[in-house]
Amino acid sequence: MSRAARALLPPLALLAIVIGAWEAYADSGATSSFVLPAPHSVAASLWDNAGFIAGNLGPTAEEIVLGIALALALGFALAVLIHFSGVLRRAVYPLAVGSQAVPVAVIAPLLVFWWGFGVLPKLAVVVLICFFPVLVTTVDGLARIERDQLKLLRTLDASRWQAFRFAELPAALPAAISGARIALAVGVIGAYIAESQTITSGAHAGLGHEINADLTALQTPRAYAAALVLFALAIACFYALTLAERALAPWASRPGGETP
Amino acid sequence: MNLWGNAREGSEVATTITQPAQPPAGKRAGDRAIVLRNVGHTFADRGGNAVHALADVSLQAQRGELLALVGPSGCGKTTLLELICALQAPQQGTIDSEPAVLMPQRDLLLPWLSAVDNAALALRIAHVPRAAARSRAAALFAQLGLDGFEHAHPAELSGGMRQRVAFARTLLSGKPVLCLDEPFGALDAITRAEMQQWLAGALAREPRTTVLVTHDVEEAILLADRVLVLSPRPGRVIGELVVSAPRPRARTDGNVIALRERALELLSRGASS
Repeated sequence: MSRAARALLPPLALLAIVIGAWEAYADSGATSSFVLPAPHSVAASLWDNAGFIAGNLGPTAEEIVLGIALALALGFALAVLIHFSGVLRRAVYPLAVGSQAVPVAVIAPLLVFWWGFGVLPKLAVVVLICFFPVLVTTVDGLARIERDQLKLLRTLDASRWQAFRFAELPAALPAAISGARIALAVGVIGAYIAESQTITSGAHAGLGHEINADLTALQTPRAYAAALVLFALAIACFYALTLAERALAPWASRPGGETP
Repeated sequence: MNLWGNAREGSEVATTITQPAQPPAGKRAGDRAIVLRNVGHTFADRGGNAVHALADVSLQAQRGELLALVGPSGCGKTTLLELICALQAPQQGTIDSEPAVLMPQRDLLLPWLSAVDNAALALRIAHVPRAAARSRAAALFAQLGLDGFEHAHPAELSGGMRQRVAFARTLLSGKPVLCLDEPFGALDAITRAEMQQWLAGALAREPRTTVLVTHDVEEAILLADRVLVLSPRPGRVIGELVVSAPRPRARTDGNVIALRERALELLSRGASS
C-alpha cells in the first residue's frame, strides 16, 4: 500500500461508516428531514446550491484564514513582549485571559459601529478568539529554552538579542504553530458566531449567516451543506498549518528534534 | 533571573574578561591564564535555601595548561567554571582570567541547525558572514574526525559525535580558555574512552588553556597536566597532583595507576573529614 493510501484510507473509511450510519438513521424515519436531513439530500443540496454556497464561503474563508494569520502575528508579538518584560507579563496576561470571557454579542455592536457591515468586524472577532491559544503556547515555547543553553550562548558572547534570534525564536516557532492549530478549532466556530452576531450587508454574507437563515427558513439540507463546507475548510486549514510547520520548523517533525 | 544583567555585574569584578588584549599589569603575572584568590560563593537553590558552594578556593592555571578539577558531585565544580566564565561574579575573593568559554555536560546543540552551523555559532554571533563561518567550521571538522557530518542534524548524530560538534563550537569561539564541565559524563564507557583519546589529540593540535571538571579520577589523570582535588561542599582544594607521565597515557601505565590511587585516597579523606 502506498504512503498516500495509508494516510487517506483510515479517515475515509471512518467517514464512510459515519455517513452510512447517518443515512440509515435518517432513512428509518426516526426523525423529520427538517431536523436531520439524510446525507444524500445534503449532497444534492450542495450540488444544486454550489454557486450560492461558494459565494458565502468567500467572506467566511477570508475571516478564518486572515483571522488565524493575524492572530498568529498578534499572539506571537504579545508573547515576545511578555517574555522580555515582567511588567508587561503582569499587565497583559490577566487582560488577555479576561478578553476570552467577553461574549461576542457584547462587543459586536461596537465593532460594527467602528468598521461597518463588511468583513472587518468579523475578522476582529476571529482574531480576538484566536490570538489567545497562540499567545499561551508561544510564551511556553519561548520559556522552553533552558538556562544552561542561555549560559552557553552568553559565554559565546551572544547579546540578549542574539540569544533570542538563535535559540528562543526558533524554539517558539513550532509552539506558535501548535497554538494556531488550537486556534483553528475555535476560529471556525468564532467566524460563525461573529457572523451570527453582527449585521451584514451584501448578497454573500458568509456561511454562518447563511446557516442561520436556512435553519430559520427550514432549508435544513442547505444548512447542512454549508456546515459540511465549514468542516472541509477546517480540515484544509489544519493541513495547511502542518505544511507551514514543515516549511518553517522542519526540525520539529524530525525524530529527536525536540527543543534542547 | 536575568543572565545578561548578572553578567554585566560580573564584569565589574573581572573587567579583564572583555579585554583579552590588555591584561592588567601586576594582577595576572606572566604566563598565567587564570588566577583565583580566596574565592567563596553561596547561591540560593530553587527552594530558596542558601547553598555554600565554594569556600576559599585559590588556584592558578598556566597558559596552555590542562588543569583538571575532580571532586564529589555537588562540590561546586560547575559554580567554579561559571565564575571563571564570568557568568557569575564571586561573592568573596577575586578571579582574574583570560576570556573563557563554557562547554557544558550536555551538548546543547540547537536542533534547527546542522552540525556545521552549530559549530559555527560563535562565529555567527561575532557577525562573520554565514558562508565564511561555515567554511571555517568545516575546516575544523576534518581535524576533529567529523568530516562527512557537516550537514547532519544533531538528532542524526551519536552522543560522541554530538560532543565533538559541541567541542568544535567551543574552539571556534576563539577564546583562549576552555572550561569543560564533565564533557563526557553522559556517554557510555566505550565512547567515553574513545572521546578521552580524541580530546587529548584535539588539544595537542589546538592547544588551549583548559579547565576540565570531572568526577572521573582516571579521566583527569589521563588528560591533565595537573589535577586539583576538591572537598565535598563547600568545595575547597584539598590536594594537587602533577601528572608528568608522557602522552599518550594508558590507563594501565604504572604512573597513572599510582596517581589514581593517590587521588582516590585524597577524595575519601576529604569525604570523611
